[in-house]
Amino acid sequence: MIRKSVWPLILAVLGLLLVRNALAQDLLMARVPMTFPEAMSKLQETLKKHKQTLSRVQRVDIGLTSKGYKTDKYRVVFFGRADEVQDLINQYPEFIPYLPHKIAVFAEQDETVLVAANPEHLFKSDNPKKQAIVKRWHADLEKIFHDMRQE
Amino acid sequence: MAVRLIILLGLLLAALTGHAGEPDGEALYRQHCAACHGYDGMGGVGIPLALPDFQYSVTNKYLKVTIREGRPGRIMPAFSNLSNKELNALVKYIRRWAPGKPYRYPVTPVKGNLARGQLLFNRHCAACHGTNGEGGKGTGVTFSRPRDLPIIAPALNNSGFLNAASDQFIKATLMNGREGTPMVSFLKQGLTEKDINDIVVYVRAFEKNRPPARKTPLDTDEATIVFESAYDLKTTINNIKDAAVGNNFIIIREQTLDQGLVPADKENTKQRIVFFCNFGFLNKALAVDPRVGLFLPCRVTVVEKDGKVLVYAINPNRLSRLFNNSELNQMCHEMNDTYISIIEDATL
Ligand code: HEC
Ligand code: HEC
Repeated sequence: MIRKSVWPLILAVLGLLLVRNALAQDLLMARVPMTFPEAMSKLQETLKKHKQTLSRVQRVDIGLTSKGYKTDKYRVVFFGRADEVQDLINQYPEFIPYLPHKIAVFAEQDETVLVAANPEHLFKSDNPKKQAIVKRWHADLEKIFHDMRQE
Repeated sequence: MAVRLIILLGLLLAALTGHAGEPDGEALYRQHCAACHGYDGMGGVGIPLALPDFQYSVTNKYLKVTIREGRPGRIMPAFSNLSNKELNALVKYIRRWAPGKPYRYPVTPVKGNLARGQLLFNRHCAACHGTNGEGGKGTGVTFSRPRDLPIIAPALNNSGFLNAASDQFIKATLMNGREGTPMVSFLKQGLTEKDINDIVVYVRAFEKNRPPARKTPLDTDEATIVFESAYDLKTTINNIKDAAVGNNFIIIREQTLDQGLVPADKENTKQRIVFFCNFGFLNKALAVDPRVGLFLPCRVTVVEKDGKVLVYAINPNRLSRLFNNSELNQMCHEMNDTYISIIEDATL
């Protein structure tokens, strides 16, 4: 009885996921209605909220300006789930150069733009297990980007 | 239990159908467009959509075709999966910026002299829109680094543009210009209506003689480059550093892959990343697309496992595909060759 009624629910949830997925772009992007330092600290909080560990912030702008090039603030944020990185690497070494995950963050006047690659569009695979992993990465990123778009 | 589930299901379905019935134009814009065109429609990586001269000169059909087809190779993505209702909601939202009725154009094609049009185009348009109408270099309205034009000149030889634009729309754009942008009225610049007709005919002809499209990487290409090294871990890393320096890169740092993710004593020391950068090349790449941070910094990962030493890098060609930017594809070919030459130098 209970099992039977669970199915439509599962289907509905799947349907919802499909609807969202069909609109997903190759690159995930978000405009954060905040200045760069505010957006950076919000991103750190948001990563934490979604159980991601920040591993490093690479300051791209500093390198450029020290070489005499003009640029606004630009960082690359690296993060991941500590407990799964080794597991993933062992199973799917092709993920190695894309781990830890990254989000590029740059200022546009008093707003901030975030960009990440959509892993589902980068790693096409027939392997359902690998597909599921990549789908989850994508879903995690969507949640982070969704939160970052809110004021 | 079953009852509760049915109620939940009902709510879910309601949410779903509610969504499909009345799409929220503002929400769609915020999610899919604002990152590039700005919350206020004043542009960013994309060009402005809110300017009155633009709004009054474009038809709803122009907007819809542009959204559906995007501008292939010119960053603006194709939103081919939006439903008609969603498209309408989006257009209604975009129209809010300039209330009033847009022009309506006669459907009659513009007639003129193609050869004369080409001469005039080369003289008056090519400096901004490119000799073949391929568009200006760079992206929309970029605030973050200096460049020549405050707004990028769109590609005119682009299938997305040509499918969206009618002859009369192109003509009106040349006659009136767009106030607040570098695109001025060419009537005011001294061209006659006949000159403008000739140019329109030339622009329309891009449809037939478009230059061969630049090679876009396939989405079946592997995302990762991998080589096996003939040397041990330490030697391979040193070789990578030497080869990177030899290819005009600066070494930024070396670290374990999981540094910062796990406690220092738990790091896997057999997985090491070498980061390097060429700031001149990077500066050029950022001007072509400010989103290239996703390639940064350049990196090679060296892993020792089961007695083998393997060297991994991203495939820049494959990653570039996600950007819909043919200018960037070109740079990524260069990047790809560099990666392979560094890794080959280090592993063979
Ligand atoms: C000084 C640089 C400059 C010159 C010269 C120039 N344009 Fe433009 N043009 C632009 C810019 C910038 C835009 C985008 C304006 C905007 O943001 O709405 C534009 C927009 C257009 C558009 C609308 C395209 C679209 O996607 O909205 C057309 C058509 C066009 N130009 C054709 C021409 C033609 C034909 C000529 C020569 C007679 C010409 N332009 C000369 C800079 C220029
Ligand atoms: C990844 C960045 C990006 C996103 C996302 C994006 N655009 Fe664009 N858009 C651009 C760029 C860049 C151009 C100019 C193309 C060129 O230079 O040839 C453009 C051009 C346009 C044009 C033509 C403007 C003109 O003057 O003719 C319209 C209309 C437009 N975009 C609407 C939208 C809408 C609506 C959305 C959301 C559904 C959207 N764009 C999402 C980058 C983007």
